[in-house]
Amino acid sequence: MTQTQETVVLTGHIIDSLILAKVLDRILMMGGTFDIQDMQIGKTREEPSRARIIVRASSAKLLSEILHAIQPHGASVESERDCRLAAAPADGIFPDEFYATTHLSTQVRVHDQWVEVEGIEMDLGICVDPVGLTARTIPMGQVKRGDLIVTGREGVRVIPLQRPRARDVFSFMESQVSAERPHGHIIGDIAKRLMQLRAGFREGKSGSKVLLAGGPAIVHAGGREALTWLIEEAFIHVLFCGNALPAHDMEVDLYGTSLGYGHAAGRVVPHGHEHHLRTINRIRAIGSIEAAVRTGVIKTGIMAACVRRGVHIVMAGTIRDDGPLPGVITDSLEAQAAMRAAIPGIGLALLVASTLHAVATGNLLPATIPSVCVDVNPAVPTKLSDRGSFQAVGLVMDAASFLRELARELGARL
Amino acid sequence: MSRLLVCPPDYFKIEYEINPWMRCSNAVDSDQAIHQWHHLMQVLEQDVGAVLERMKPVPGLPDLVFTANAGIVVGRKAVPSRFRYPERQREEAYFEDWFRGQGYELVMLDPGCFFEGAGDLLGFPDTWFGGYRQRTDIRVFPTLSDWFHREIIPLELVDKRFYHLDTCLCPLSGGELLYFPPAFDRYGQEALAERIASSRRLVVPEVEALRFACNAVCVEKHVVLPAGCPETEALLTSRGYLPHPVPLDEFMKSGGSAKCLTLALD
Repeated sequence: MTQTQETVVLTGHIIDSLILAKVLDRILMMGGTFDIQDMQIGKTREEPSRARIIVRASSAKLLSEILHAIQPHGASVESERDCRLAAAPADGIFPDEFYATTHLSTQVRVHDQWVEVEGIEMDLGICVDPVGLTARTIPMGQVKRGDLIVTGREGVRVIPLQRPRARDVFSFMESQVSAERPHGHIIGDIAKRLMQLRAGFREGKSGSKVLLAGGPAIVHAGGREALTWLIEEAFIHVLFCGNALPAHDMEVDLYGTSLGYGHAAGRVVPHGHEHHLRTINRIRAIGSIEAAVRTGVIKTGIMAACVRRGVHIVMAGTIRDDGPLPGVITDSLEAQAAMRAAIPGIGLALLVASTLHAVATGNLLPATIPSVCVDVNPAVPTKLSDRGSFQAVGLVMDAASFLRELARELGARL
Repeated sequence: MSRLLVCPPDYFKIEYEINPWMRCSNAVDSDQAIHQWHHLMQVLEQDVGAVLERMKPVPGLPDLVFTANAGIVVGRKAVPSRFRYPERQREEAYFEDWFRGQGYELVMLDPGCFFEGAGDLLGFPDTWFGGYRQRTDIRVFPTLSDWFHREIIPLELVDKRFYHLDTCLCPLSGGELLYFPPAFDRYGQEALAERIASSRRLVVPEVEALRFACNAVCVEKHVVLPAGCPETEALLTSRGYLPHPVPLDEFMKSGGSAKCLTLALD
């Protein structure tokens, strides 16, 4: 929900006179919300008090009506300045003192107007078009010489996350990670969200896509079947992974092993360590994962389900990759850009059993998108929750158990 | 001894309409107005023992007679009013001249910051009340509070007929408050109730509030109020005050009564 806001100041004997109460009541009655940002209470009866209040409303029109209604009671709009802009000195270099973004919605003041920054993501710069009155985030590597970049903090405001309306595990707005909490109700809430999002996705509602960023441990630990089911049932719409998840997933289809471990046999099979290499080689020979699925070479599993369901896949490579598989993006900036391009429209992110992809994805997500991080290593969900996102749920558990329990909650018979 | 600023009604009439009481068609009987004003002065001087300072009336300024709106006087400092309506803004220079001529130190509010003097600012020695929304801008109170080190409780005036605070609220010398609660919103009523015990709040009945019973001048135990307010008089008598009713209906045609016709100087 886009919110507009303005800071007002109220001074005088505003407490005993109930003027402050009246102003706050008026804001709420008119459908706005407020935050008291600063409150100085007079120490003696004679000394006046002062409150700085952020007034928020769902539209600029409503905000203006509210400001108009509270102005006669002494609430005056705090004067604000335009943001400062400086030209990028060279390609790929921000001007000194550049403003670094957070993952929270942000607005910049340009020609006395608050302009919403598009594509919010943490640790980027803000590029402003003062003529078109637009602002967007920009990664350091993409800045072009002469781009007008916001510097300093003046004329920049960050909108704190509103408490979500839904009363589920995401609404607590806290990011505790603990292995000692029961997982059942959390997974139940995630399942409910997935149901709602799938319904929304089918109706074409924006922000209804579900992203899964996952590592090969999903396959190794036995979560392949559950994840395949979730994809087949259209609960997942975007997949972020590396080279290993698809390699081992297709290895299971071709050889019945993942990293040489026989899934049915329950033991390491002779020369099994070659299987993933042979798989990669086979797909490279075919030319693409999609072609391998379409021609019936790959019949089951996560990648087959993704191809059949039209899931958008971004595979980002690393320096330890074998092959890699066709379609794996080996330039990390290019991979980042491809992931970034897939973020709009996401309504929930599941970050499962991959430190690298979970953290990379977490950095790309605005705080408004709820995320669930699942890992046996508590350090991963902790690292993510340290970003300060209010809607990040951390689960310390095995990927396969999580996916299986989630799929069962959604009706799978596994 | 109480000193009051007054201005003879030589040029008093209804020349414009800036409050719901004023009707240009409802002409003032000048002789009667002069007679009523002199009667009021007589009561103030002889019965109440006040000392009166008389301003020179000015042709073309019919409301100069309402000296309560000249400004406020605190010790040797005077804050002249800044009227909301252009019709009365022309009075500002004359009031300023008078204050200056009497040796007051003038403290000036920013232009455009409306403040209608003792019409909208009255109170007890330690707490003042400020009427706002209709004439005075609430923003002047923090400034005045800062200048004079007094707590000022702003009260929104919600009934157009009670357009100045002194038309619906009158602090009395013994700490009681004469007032008409419906002239204030819930917040104002609660703020007053919080500050003044119910036994000290004297509620004026509507019919007498509309005769401006609250527009009274209180000097020690004397309360000079418009005639025709017997219940208010009884309330005052029951608290040991001496009511002095004076017929002032010619001035009611302009939306003013006893208090509006005076400004307390010390």
